[in-house]
Amino acid sequence: MTVDPTPASATPEGGHLLELRDLHVEFRTNEGVARVINGVSYHLDAGETLAVLGESGSGKSVTAQAIMGILDTPPAFVRSGQILYRGQDLLTASEEQRRQVRGKEIAMIFQDALSALNPVFPVGWQIGETLRQRSGMSRGDARRRAVELMDLVKIPGAAKRIGDYPHQFSGGMRQRVMIAMALALDPKVLIADEPTTALDVTVQAQIMDLLADLRRDLNMAMILITHDLGVVAGVADRIAVMYAGRIVEHADVRSLYRAPAHPYTKGLLESIPRMDVRGQELSTIKGLPPNLMRIPSGCPFHPRCPYVQQVCVDVVPHDLVLGDGRTSACHFAQEVRDDSAR
Amino acid sequence: MTAPASSTKVRGETILSVDNLVKHFPISQGVLFRRQTGAVKAVDGVSFELRRGETLGVVGESGCGKSTLARLLMRLETPTSGRATLEGKDLFKASGSELRRLRRNMQMVMQDPYTSLNPRMTVGDIIGEPFEIHPDAAPKGSKARRVQELLDVVGLNPEHINRYPHQFSGGQRQRIGIARALALRPEVIVCDEPVSALDVSIQAQVINLLEQLQDEFGLSYIFIAHDLSVVRHIADRVAVMYLGRIVEIGTEDEIYERATHPYTQALLSAVPVPDPEVRDQRNMIRLVGDVPSPADPPSGCHFRTRCWKAQDICAKEDPQTVPRAADPHPSACHFAELRPTPTPTP
Repeated sequence: MTVDPTPASATPEGGHLLELRDLHVEFRTNEGVARVINGVSYHLDAGETLAVLGESGSGKSVTAQAIMGILDTPPAFVRSGQILYRGQDLLTASEEQRRQVRGKEIAMIFQDALSALNPVFPVGWQIGETLRQRSGMSRGDARRRAVELMDLVKIPGAAKRIGDYPHQFSGGMRQRVMIAMALALDPKVLIADEPTTALDVTVQAQIMDLLADLRRDLNMAMILITHDLGVVAGVADRIAVMYAGRIVEHADVRSLYRAPAHPYTKGLLESIPRMDVRGQELSTIKGLPPNLMRIPSGCPFHPRCPYVQQVCVDVVPHDLVLGDGRTSACHFAQEVRDDSAR
Repeated sequence: MTAPASSTKVRGETILSVDNLVKHFPISQGVLFRRQTGAVKAVDGVSFELRRGETLGVVGESGCGKSTLARLLMRLETPTSGRATLEGKDLFKASGSELRRLRRNMQMVMQDPYTSLNPRMTVGDIIGEPFEIHPDAAPKGSKARRVQELLDVVGLNPEHINRYPHQFSGGQRQRIGIARALALRPEVIVCDEPVSALDVSIQAQVINLLEQLQDEFGLSYIFIAHDLSVVRHIADRVAVMYLGRIVEIGTEDEIYERATHPYTQALLSAVPVPDPEVRDQRNMIRLVGDVPSPADPPSGCHFRTRCWKAQDICAKEDPQTVPRAADPHPSACHFAELRPTPTPTP
C-alpha cells in the first residue's frame, strides 16, 4: 500500500480551504421526509481534485447545491452540519456574505449546458453579465474580458463567436462557454456536476483535458461530481463514494481502484464492462438503491451486500480508518479490502 | 415458455441483410413556395449483414445516424433508397399482412424506459398489447398467462401484472420494455441504447439479462450504443459509424484489437478506463474539433477534417469500406494501418 498523499488527519484543524462537517439535508414532501444527505463530511485543499462518485439519488448533487447555497427550499432543508469555507460557516452566513462567496470563491458548472445557458442572449453577453454585475466592469471591458475567457477555454475564433447564441454551439463548445462563465470571477474552488455526462467520448476527453489544464494553470481546487468510474480515474486525487446520502468510502484514487474497501465500491467496479479486459464476467449488485424515505436500518447497503451479517442490520457502521489514511463505512472493511486485493 | 420456431434454424446464416441504405431528411425553406434547399444525410449508404444468433454492435457519436438506422430497420422511417431483406423478404416493399408478419419477427427495445412505456397502461396491458395486433400469437384466453410468463422470463414478479410503470425503477422498466419486445417471439431485436439511461449497478443486470435471453431463444441483436465498453462486452461483431456511414466493420477482436481506421482508433483511445494504472500506459489520440454537420458533410472522406493523416486524396476520393492491406476486415480509409503501439491488454 502506498502512503496517502493527503492523509485526512495530517492537515491542521480548520486549515482546509473547504470543509463539510456532518451535513444533513432532507426533502420535506407531501409523501413524507426523504433523508437525502445523512452526515456527509469531506474537505478540499487548494489545487486538489476530489471526485464525488455515486449513482442517481445518492445525494452527490444535493451536497454540491448545499455548498453553493442553491438548494430548492422548500422542499430541501439543511437539518444540521457545517460548511466551512476558509473557516467561515456558510450555513450561518448572511445571504449577502454567501453572495460574495458564490461565483467569486466557489463557482459551479452544470451537466446540461443547453438548459443552463439562456437561449435568448448571446454567449458573450452572458459571460460578461457576471463581470458587469459583480466586478462593476463597463460593457466594453466586460466584452473584452469575455473574449479572453473564451480564448482561455479554447473556443476557436472567440472574438467572432461572442455574438452567437447557445444553440449555434455544439455540445462541447457550450460546455466550454459554461466553464468560461464559471471562471469569470477567478474562483478558488470549481464544482463540476457531471460536466461530461451529456457529451460523446471524444468530446468528453477534450473537456476533461481542459478542466485538468485550467485547474493546474489557475491553481484551483475542484470537486468533480460524477457517476462514471472511468472519468474519475483520470483526473481525481481523492475519491469519496456516496450511497444513500452517506460517504461509504473515501480514499486516494490508486488505492481505491486497486483494492476497494467497501462492498458497494467493490460491486460497482466489478459491474462495469471494461474495454481493456476480455471475456469478463459481469457481476451485479443485487437489488435496488433504497427509497430515501425508508432507509434500511443499520448499514443502508445491507440488503444488497454479499458480506451482510446481523451486526450490519443493527448497527450503523462508522468510518473505519484503514492504515493508509483511507476510510470505509463498513463493519468488515479490512476483510473486503483484503478480498479485493487478492 | 416454449422454444421459438427459430431454434430449428441454422445458427450463423444471414437473417438480415442491409444494402446501401440511405435516409436523407429534406431541409426546406420558404413559406408559400416551399422548396428543398438541402438534406440532412442521416444515413448515407449503409450495408451490413446480421447473422442468426449473433449480436452486431453499432457504435458512433451522437448524430452519426445510428438511431435513424434503427428506425429505418423498424420501418418507422421510409428510406430514401436502398434495400433490406429479413429472411429473404424485402423489408421496404412489404405491405399489409406481409408487413405485419415481418414486423412480428423484428422488435425494438428503446433507450428511455421512462418515456417508452405508457404511464396510463398497466404492465399487463403494455406487454400484452402486441397480442391485440397479432391475435394468433396468443390463443384466446391465454393472454394473461403469456404475459406472466414473459414477466418471469425477464426476472420480474408475475404478480405485478396490474401495476403501472411508475411503480417500477428504471432497470425494472427496461425489463418491461424487453418483455414487450419478446412477446411475439421475434428473431431479431433492435436495441437502441438499452442501458445508457441506467445506473452502472443496474446496467450490468440488464446486460446479463439480454445475454441470457439470447442464449435461451436464439435471438439476433442489433445493439446500438455509444458506450464502447458495453459494446465490447456484448457484441460478436461491431460496426463503427461516422456521419451516416459505416467506416469500419469487423469482429469484436478486429475492431478493438486491430482497428485500422483512424476514427475507430481515436474513439477507442478516448474511452475512459476505470483503472489509473492502465491509464498511465495508454497513449491517447486527441481529436480536434467537432463532428461536422450531416447537412453539409466534407467532400471525399467524411472524417478528413478531424484526421491527422489526411492528404489531398482524402478530399477528392471517397474511401470505400473494403478490406485493407493492414488487416483483412473492411475499413474506409485510404491510409488504413494498425496503430503502432496498441493499447496494452492485461
